[in-house]
Amino acid sequence: MITKRLFEFTGLPGLLMLLALLVLAVYVPYANLVLEKGSAFHLDTSAVVLLGKYLCFAILALSIDLVWGYCGILSLGHGAFFALGGYAMGMHLMREIGTRGVYGDPILPDFMVFLNWEELPWFWYGFDQFWFAMVMVVLAPGSLAFVFGALAFRSRVTGVYLSIITQALTFALMLAFFRNEMGFGGNNGLTDFKDVLGFDLQAQSTRIGLYLLSILALIAAYVVCRLIVLSRLGKVLIAVRDAESRTRFIGYRVEHYKLFVWTVSAMMAGVAGALYVPQVGIINPGEFAPANSIEAVIWVAVGGRGTLVGAVIGGIGVNMGKSYFTGAIPELWLFALGGLFVFVTLFLPKGILGLLSNLKRKRAASEPDGPGTEPVKERA
Amino acid sequence: MNTELTSAVLYLDDVSVSFDGFKALNALSFVVKHGEMRAIIGPNGAGKTTMMDVITGKTRPDVGTLLFDGSHDLTKLDEASIAQLGIGRKFQRPTVFESHTVRDNILLSLSGVRSVFTTLFSVTTKDERERIERLLERVKLSDAADRLAAELSHGQKQWLEIGMLLAQDPSLLLVDEPVAGMTDAETVQTATLLREIAKDHSVVVVEHDMSFVRDLDVMVTVLHEGSVLAEGSLDRVSADERVIDVYLGR
Ligand SMILES: Nc1ncnc2c1ncn2[C@@H]1O[C@H](COP(=O)(O)OP(=O)(O)OP(=O)(O)O)[C@@H](O)[C@H]1O
Ligand SMILES: [Mg+2]
Repeated sequence: MITKRLFEFTGLPGLLMLLALLVLAVYVPYANLVLEKGSAFHLDTSAVVLLGKYLCFAILALSIDLVWGYCGILSLGHGAFFALGGYAMGMHLMREIGTRGVYGDPILPDFMVFLNWEELPWFWYGFDQFWFAMVMVVLAPGSLAFVFGALAFRSRVTGVYLSIITQALTFALMLAFFRNEMGFGGNNGLTDFKDVLGFDLQAQSTRIGLYLLSILALIAAYVVCRLIVLSRLGKVLIAVRDAESRTRFIGYRVEHYKLFVWTVSAMMAGVAGALYVPQVGIINPGEFAPANSIEAVIWVAVGGRGTLVGAVIGGIGVNMGKSYFTGAIPELWLFALGGLFVFVTLFLPKGILGLLSNLKRKRAASEPDGPGTEPVKERA
Repeated sequence: MNTELTSAVLYLDDVSVSFDGFKALNALSFVVKHGEMRAIIGPNGAGKTTMMDVITGKTRPDVGTLLFDGSHDLTKLDEASIAQLGIGRKFQRPTVFESHTVRDNILLSLSGVRSVFTTLFSVTTKDERERIERLLERVKLSDAADRLAAELSHGQKQWLEIGMLLAQDPSLLLVDEPVAGMTDAETVQTATLLREIAKDHSVVVVEHDMSFVRDLDVMVTVLHEGSVLAEGSLDRVSADERVIDVYLGR
């Protein structure tokens, strides 16, 4: 009964993905903590951190798929929301350093002492509290998205124009955060973190903990996306994607729907950024770089737009490829990524996941009178 | 004019729209009474679709009065509010939600929930399900209920769009070329359906198909170059010299 309900909620790809995540949640800590270093199956802590990073990227990919795949809003600036969540987390971690910084100032982070600042800027207040930082992780990107979206959607900016201004948004933020006077550490960003909630960030156990949290967050993000796309609101979103003005003439106020999903998506990206920062140990303005946002869109396109599971596959898969390439043949990575994008756009318009479900359909169709002869409806 | 104002479901007076200097509607005045069905004919480019655009808020008139139900000034409202007031529209080119099933197309059109948070938490009620099934039957799409709208034939899409229109339960229906691309049999069925709908709705139908208009058997308005050229029964307007000149004679 419960499994049947679960299956209805996730669909086959979703269920397989959840199972895979559960396996990863058990196996990776085991291979890292229990298996001996000599064992062929032992996983280095650095590999665990890398996996945790991919999981954060997968959450970012989900957030992009939610707005792009289901509502047709192609954001080329989602990296901004990711980075803002990351900065909110980084600000807390900075204040956690306290007197252990190079200058030993109990209140001011090192970079402020270095800049000869006398006191903490007002927007750093409250970040010594973990709960406050966590609220800001969603509130900062969420409110920026809300204001941006309210203006853009109300003036009915769509398509390429919207994509361009999202790109401009992240670019402007990057330039702003590069400036020392902004008070976010300038081009060095925030780093040298020590611990979070008393747990040493370098400790193996903390690393495993963050990794597990990332899996949990990914599952939660997937469930939220799924709840949204399966609701009647989700159907309205798809209607907007396919025939925006038709939706208006039925009486839906399209801009409200876009604003809702856009803001939720930005918050989700913020959570991804917040989990990313303690794992990589740094956040700097480079995270706002337009190229990052574009890369994230490519993950979604490669995995399969409008499928959620495809976004996760793309977010993890493409980044595994990136890690391999940048290790083995770094100068080729951008070409490989570009080539992959062109290939997918030309030959796999529905991404990897679309390819898989096509294969399934073909097999089902070749079985005479099988139960699967009806064209399978994309429930995605 | 006052009695007209209060008794008319739709009241257009001196409405003009121009696109880059070209007058698509030229001082158009036009009244539809409650419960009336009106057919609109006229040559290509006469402004028939533009008139519907103006009524539904897609295009703003340069000047003119546009009243719905005697009291609502349509020039001040956006598309969603106009739809929620009870004006439904079928487009000239059938537009349905292609990646939704036929049933979901109707579900989304059902009058009722429209705001973000009500749709987020809305659960389809038994009453809604029954309404959907009845509507599907009415537009003869019960068998196709679970197919994607994209897979429908052109004629079926037209009917689905009429079904969506009915689901909105509007008091005024604007129907733009409902039988374009239909077979003769489908055309006859559509006329029957529209006559049935007209029993408890006000309807404005734009159509080029004269035998269809004859089947509807209602008052006809002829539009030409953005204004009314003639009005009356089909027999009367088809005898009109000017109508023959600009439209029927060709
Ligand atoms: N958005 C627009 N911009 C510029 N011109 C327009 C626009 N919409 C309509 N027109 C012009 O206004 C005129 C009236 O067009 P409209 O679509 O209302 O005609 P119609 O009576 O519906 O014709 P048809 O029978 O071909 O559907 C046409 O000349 C058309 O080219
Ligand atoms: Mg037209």
